[in-house]
Amino acid sequence: MTTTTQSQHPPLPRPRPLPDGLDQRAIDAEADRAQSAATPGNHPPRDYPPYRSSHFRHPEQPLIPVRDPEAVELSGPAFGVTDVTALDRDLTRQHQGEPLGERITVSGRVLDREGRPVRGQLVELWQANASGRYAHQLDQHPAPLDPNFTGFGRCLTDDSGAYSFTTIKPGAYPWRNHVNAWRPAHLHFSLFGTAFTQRLVTQMYFPGDPLFPYDPVLRSVTDESARQRLVCAYDHDLSVPEWSLGHRWDIVLDGPSATLFEEGEQH
Amino acid sequence: MRHSPAPTPSQTVGPFYGYALPFPRGGEVAPDGHADTITLHGYVFDGAGQPVPDALIETWQPAPDGSRTGAPGSLRHDPVTGRVIGRDGVAFTGFGRVPTDADGHWTVRTLPPGGVSYISIAVFARGLLHHLYTRAYLVDKPGDALLGSLDAERRSTLIARSETARTYRFDIRLQGADETVFLEFG
Repeated sequence: MTTTTQSQHPPLPRPRPLPDGLDQRAIDAEADRAQSAATPGNHPPRDYPPYRSSHFRHPEQPLIPVRDPEAVELSGPAFGVTDVTALDRDLTRQHQGEPLGERITVSGRVLDREGRPVRGQLVELWQANASGRYAHQLDQHPAPLDPNFTGFGRCLTDDSGAYSFTTIKPGAYPWRNHVNAWRPAHLHFSLFGTAFTQRLVTQMYFPGDPLFPYDPVLRSVTDESARQRLVCAYDHDLSVPEWSLGHRWDIVLDGPSATLFEEGEQH
Repeated sequence: MRHSPAPTPSQTVGPFYGYALPFPRGGEVAPDGHADTITLHGYVFDGAGQPVPDALIETWQPAPDGSRTGAPGSLRHDPVTGRVIGRDGVAFTGFGRVPTDADGHWTVRTLPPGGVSYISIAVFARGLLHHLYTRAYLVDKPGDALLGSLDAERRSTLIARSETARTYRFDIRLQGADETVFLEFG
C-alpha cells in the first residue's frame, strides 16, 4: 500500500458491537422457538422476533378479508417496451468497464398459482456487489464499492413467462440484527403479475450457502419446503461458454387472479 | 385436477432498494398541470409511533374514466443515456411508487379514480417480511362493502382526511392503537 493511498483513504470504521450484545446463539434459540410455534404457510409471518426489525413493524390486528370480485386490486399496472430496454437485463453492461466477480446468468419462469405463464410482466432485480456491498449511501459495510456495478436490472417476461438476467454473484455481508449477523448471498426480486394482488417482493438464494442456518430473514419462512423454493438451482445448460455460470429459479405468484373470480372458484 | 404450484414466499424489501425501485416522477401519476389533480400524502409510522424512513409505497387505481387496464410508460428511458426518466407527463398509467423520506412522509399526485372511491396501496418496508395492502378512501362511501364491515374506529383508518379541496392526508400506522386496516385478498 502506498502512502498516497493512505492519505486519500482514512481508515475504514470498524463495526461496533451491538448495544445489547444479542448474539447468534440467542437468535438461533428464538428462531427455533418460532419454528416450533409456526403454523404452516407459504409466506413468513410478519411478526418474527429473530428478525428484530419486524418488532414494531407488523400489524397486530388480523388482516381484513376482501372477497369483492369488483375489487380494483384484481387488475394491475401495465409495463411495456417503453419501460424496459434490452440492456436493462444485463447488469454487467451498465458501466464503461467490467464489474468484478463471478458472472452469472439467472433465468426462470414466472407462473401463477394455476401453473400458467405470467406474460409480459415486469421483473426487477437488485443486489449487493461481489464484495457484499450495495451502491447505497447508507450501506457503510467496509467492503469496496465497484465503480462498474450498480446492481439493478429490469426485464419483462416473454410469452412463456420466462425472464433472464446477466449479473454478478453477490457477496455475503454483515448486518446489525445481532452480533456476528451475516446475510447469505442473495438477489432481491420485485414482481408484478396481472393483478395487484399478485405483487411479490422476495429474495433468491444460492444453493449450498453455509449461512442459511444463521439467517433469520431466510428462516422467517418457517416451512422447509417453502424455504427451499427461495433457493435457485445451478443449471449447466444455462451456463454460457466462456462467459457465465447459469442458475435457474422459477417464481410462482400468489394471490387470486381476476380469472379465478370469474370462474367462481374463490367466492 | 390441474397441478397447482406452491407460491414463492415473500421476503422483506430491506433497506437498500433505494437505487432500484424508486424512479423519477414515481409519484407524479397525474399528467402535468391537469386541472383535476389531487394530492394524496401522509406518513408511515411504526408501533412505537416513530416515522418509517425506509418504507416504499405503491399505488394502483383506475383511470378517471373507470378503465382498469393501466398503461405502460411509468418508467420511460432516456434513449441516449438509458437512464430512467419516468413518465411523459401526458399519459395516465394508474401506477405510483414513492419511497418515504427521512420523516416517513410520502406524496402522490394523481387523478380521482373512476368508478370507485379508493386508491389501492401496497406498503413495503425493512422489517416487514410480507408487504401489506390497504386502501385510501377519498370519501366515506356509505354503501361500500368493506367499509360497512368495519366498526367506526377501524373504518376511520381507511378514510383519507380532506385537508384542502384537492389535498388528502392518509397516514399509515403499521401497528398500535390506531393501526391501519390492512387487507387480504382471496
